[in-house]
Amino acid sequence: MPLTKKEWVELENKAADLRDLCLQTVIWAGSGHVGGSMSSADILTLLYYKHANFDPKKPEDPDRDRIVVSKGHIGVILAPLFAQLGLVEHEQLKTFNLTGSKLGIHLDCNKVRGLDSSTGSLGHGSALALGMALAARVKGQKYKTFLILGDGECDEGSVWEAAMATAHFKATDLITIVDRNHCMIDGNTEDVMRLEPFEDKWKAFGFETIVVDGHNMNQLSDAIEKAKKAKDKPVCIIADTVKGCGISFAAGNYKWHYGAFDAAKEQTAREDLKKYRAERIARAEKEGI
Amino acid sequence: MAGGLSFTAVESTKLATAEIYGKTLSALGDENPNVVALTADLAGSTKIGDFKEKHPDRFFNVGIAEQNMYGVAAGMAKCGLIPFASSFSVFASLRALDQVHTDICYQNVNVKIIGTHGGTSFGQAGSTHHAIEDFAVVRGLVNMTLICPADGIETALAVRAAANTPGPFYIRINRGFDNTVYSTSDYGFQVGKAVTMNEGNDVTIIACGSCVYQSMQAAKILENDYNISARVLNMHTIKPLDKEAVLKAVDETRRVVTAEDHTIIGGLGSAVAETIVESGKGCAFKRLGIPDKFSAIGLHEDLLAMHEIDAAGIVKNVLELMKADFEAEAVKKGLDITKLNFGTAEDWTDEV
Repeated sequence: MPLTKKEWVELENKAADLRDLCLQTVIWAGSGHVGGSMSSADILTLLYYKHANFDPKKPEDPDRDRIVVSKGHIGVILAPLFAQLGLVEHEQLKTFNLTGSKLGIHLDCNKVRGLDSSTGSLGHGSALALGMALAARVKGQKYKTFLILGDGECDEGSVWEAAMATAHFKATDLITIVDRNHCMIDGNTEDVMRLEPFEDKWKAFGFETIVVDGHNMNQLSDAIEKAKKAKDKPVCIIADTVKGCGISFAAGNYKWHYGAFDAAKEQTAREDLKKYRAERIARAEKEGI
Repeated sequence: MAGGLSFTAVESTKLATAEIYGKTLSALGDENPNVVALTADLAGSTKIGDFKEKHPDRFFNVGIAEQNMYGVAAGMAKCGLIPFASSFSVFASLRALDQVHTDICYQNVNVKIIGTHGGTSFGQAGSTHHAIEDFAVVRGLVNMTLICPADGIETALAVRAAANTPGPFYIRINRGFDNTVYSTSDYGFQVGKAVTMNEGNDVTIIACGSCVYQSMQAAKILENDYNISARVLNMHTIKPLDKEAVLKAVDETRRVVTAEDHTIIGGLGSAVAETIVESGKGCAFKRLGIPDKFSAIGLHEDLLAMHEIDAAGIVKNVLELMKADFEAEAVKKGLDITKLNFGTAEDWTDEV
């Protein structure tokens, strides 16, 4: 079901607020993983505000949907997200990365309520998510497990060990979303370690695949909705995204995997994000029904 | 023993240690619907077939993929299950270490790692299958409890204790049969508490796993042939270490030998040494184990002999240690320590 115009605009505003707060947190922290955070903003927004059964007032509810962010280096957008959700105090964002803070580059699930797993060593989330999905089966629970993977981390063999097992165990309640931003620390994914034909790899491992524009809220929402209904094969959504999206000088540039903003860049970034919000809302207004 | 399943000495001589683990796991599965079993294509070797038959919906074979197994186990534990994930010790401690470290220990989840084929117990398989560094590695992991039971009876107790104690556990057991050191399950097994297997006041042998039986045999020889009274401590829990028992042994026997089927670096011997040194107490001390090299290929009993962690090797090393003097004793006697040659004193008979 397509998003209604109203809902689409609301989600765009949530995502835009999140990008703004992420940038602000990077600035407070002095530096941060801005690239991969921005590329995941829409995926996170859709999961936490629309598709996942997650009530921030009951973050320990055993029947909640689980969300595993395998690309654990995007703490600088997860912390703002959890602040939006009321699970982290806004003031704490100002301490991000500081000595003694609860919030560091890679978040600790034993320090942040509602965060389902501590990640950071790449290629771990897939197995964790599969374990959560299989636990639902053993315990007779109905929750879904959402897994957000980075594309670069798909170089790790453990991702494919888990992929093989996810299909083998027919863990269709596990929904994989790859943030395919085409960049990793040392360069573009295809230059550092070729991933293509990426979709074919997932298919070969027993997945049904859906390739979408990861910054089209409506398309992405539709894909997640479809994936939630999977019965035979687990679904992998390959969300085609732009690293650093919304910030002109960072967008699509692998060098902005991690970065810092001087006063001029900060100013430009803020203006860029403002402009980007307007563009995205205009699109929702135009294309939404 | 609570829960009903206990093993007698007779049973424990008929069953390989891993089989006892498998039966215990199966019984735990009957008692608790949250217990699940995982394997990476080693269900047969790690003897968890019973569990598979009785609880097929709670049994998961992930194929030859240890990293995946420990990650999946961590995810299951996050959702309230109690996963027992078995593999050979060498793979459990090294192959999947990042998952054990990050997914299990850092998240501090309730995963029980059972490492079979510990030490050189799969001796003929060669160093790819010897687990001689696992204590060193696992002991360094935050939140982890590390146990190496002495025989099948103790394995059953350790597995049961692990199931009933929240948090990550690593239990290392041997391939095949173990010499039985207990005749009953009823000796008061407690995680983190050493068991005195033999009283003694001339020297203490602190051992774990296979070396407990060997140390008990050594104590008999020392008593009968050399009139040396050797205390034997079964230090089944290497982390957290029973420091009290170690320091009591230092106070009361002033000579300590450790014996383990493991490299002498970083394992039981190191843990005991750290405790002694930090106490400031003087003590003659020797670590027995595999020297800093990969072990030869061979039968387990041959390798124990080669590394001087069988009864004869332990006797030999204890006798050498009995000759050693040490600084605190010399100072107490008012001797000029600058003129003493430590390690050559002959007279130990007047001590304690």
